[in-house]
Amino acid sequence: MRQSNAYIVLYAAAITVVCGGLLAFASISLKDKQDANIALEQKKNILGSVLTLEEGADVVDIYGKQVKSFVIDYNGNIKEGLKPEDVVVAAEYKKKPEERLLPVYEFRNQTNPDKVEYAVMPVYGYGLWNNIWGFVAVKSDFNTIQGVKFQHAGETPGLGARIESEEVQERFKGKTIFENGKLTPVAIQKGEGHDYSNDPHKVDGMSGATLTGKGVNNMLKDYLASYENYLKKHSGSNQ
Amino acid sequence: MSTEAVVVEKIEEKKSEPLFSKKNKKLISNPLDMDNPITVQILGVCSALAVTTQMKPAFVMSLGLTIVTASSNVVISAMRDTIPSRIRIIVQLAIVSLWVILVDQLLKAYVYDVSKQLSVFVGLIITNCIVMGRLEAYAMGNKPWPSFLDGIGNGLGYGLILMTLAFFRELLGGGSLFGFKVFEAMGIHYTGNGLMLLPAGACILLGIIIWIQRTLNGHRESH
Repeated sequence: MRQSNAYIVLYAAAITVVCGGLLAFASISLKDKQDANIALEQKKNILGSVLTLEEGADVVDIYGKQVKSFVIDYNGNIKEGLKPEDVVVAAEYKKKPEERLLPVYEFRNQTNPDKVEYAVMPVYGYGLWNNIWGFVAVKSDFNTIQGVKFQHAGETPGLGARIESEEVQERFKGKTIFENGKLTPVAIQKGEGHDYSNDPHKVDGMSGATLTGKGVNNMLKDYLASYENYLKKHSGSNQ
Repeated sequence: MSTEAVVVEKIEEKKSEPLFSKKNKKLISNPLDMDNPITVQILGVCSALAVTTQMKPAFVMSLGLTIVTASSNVVISAMRDTIPSRIRIIVQLAIVSLWVILVDQLLKAYVYDVSKQLSVFVGLIITNCIVMGRLEAYAMGNKPWPSFLDGIGNGLGYGLILMTLAFFRELLGGGSLFGFKVFEAMGIHYTGNGLMLLPAGACILLGIIIWIQRTLNGHRESH
């Protein structure tokens, strides 16, 4: 009986239904918690690009008090009625730069909430193997990079995956994105161990991960161009 | 008279098989040394090299594999008399995948940081030879309770080697243990040995562990 075709087909079908049902149930019941984790991670990354978060810092509290977020269009005008949380950067990435919805997270001064201390912009692109994304934070001059946060889906561990490490992200600090009012993207160079501290647009590279570095460069170039109008508007008014 | 004898025999039989009988204890202790899945059966080496740069992910990975092996063993063992032998591998795979995805989802919900660090490797438990090996070699022919112990034992055996590897790799490669900077705390300046952080370093370490273990327990490959 156990070897008959009908038994085997029914058995396989039953296993599929039971396993599928259990997984669907687990997925639905855990979804809220997982989404909350992802949202918290996002806030951590936004804050992490402008300041060093201490272990156990109340991310939600700091974020709620000091971060004002909104969505802008290519011309730098605020899009009313849209929340940054609703904008899927991965989907916007595929659109033409002029049509993208661009979330901005402004980190405001603690005592004077009208004063922008840092502006954090999400970036999205393609590394060597898969998507890469992150945040770029600029200081109140809307020119100097305060910090960056990069993440990746499938870069090579130990090589391209290093864009996730503090050590590599530190190298972007203090670089500038404008040169005489013209957008000049910051770029990771080929080769590692060079000193670019005198060059405001060059970043020391990652040995063995030149292509991931190129991906990061393209991502920054592409996205900073999208934000150019917004950045220019503010760099004038704040200086 | 005869029925009495049968009853007595049955009781004796039950008495002779307590939950942690000598035989059952061996199911747990054997995979730790004489029958270790990594160093003796040489299974699951891929993940042993991949997730052992730090103690924390190695620990979670071991825990995950132990849970998956034990629970899959129990389920397959309970179903073993109904599984058609022609599709038994597929059925085993379905059960293993079920548990792996459940573990992955739970990690994502409750320890998101660790889940990010382990990334694809949790999913790869599915292809870990230890799990399938135990199902095919043990759970298909034994009762649920011994199968459960067998799963726990093999998970622990795997974990033991993973933790040993991770201990040396994190200590020598990064100078820390579970993220705690050991050498800095002792006031010694330590430059990490990059080789230890690469899979190649793990392979060499694993070779040394196998060498030491086989010297100690006298294991020989039989052909």
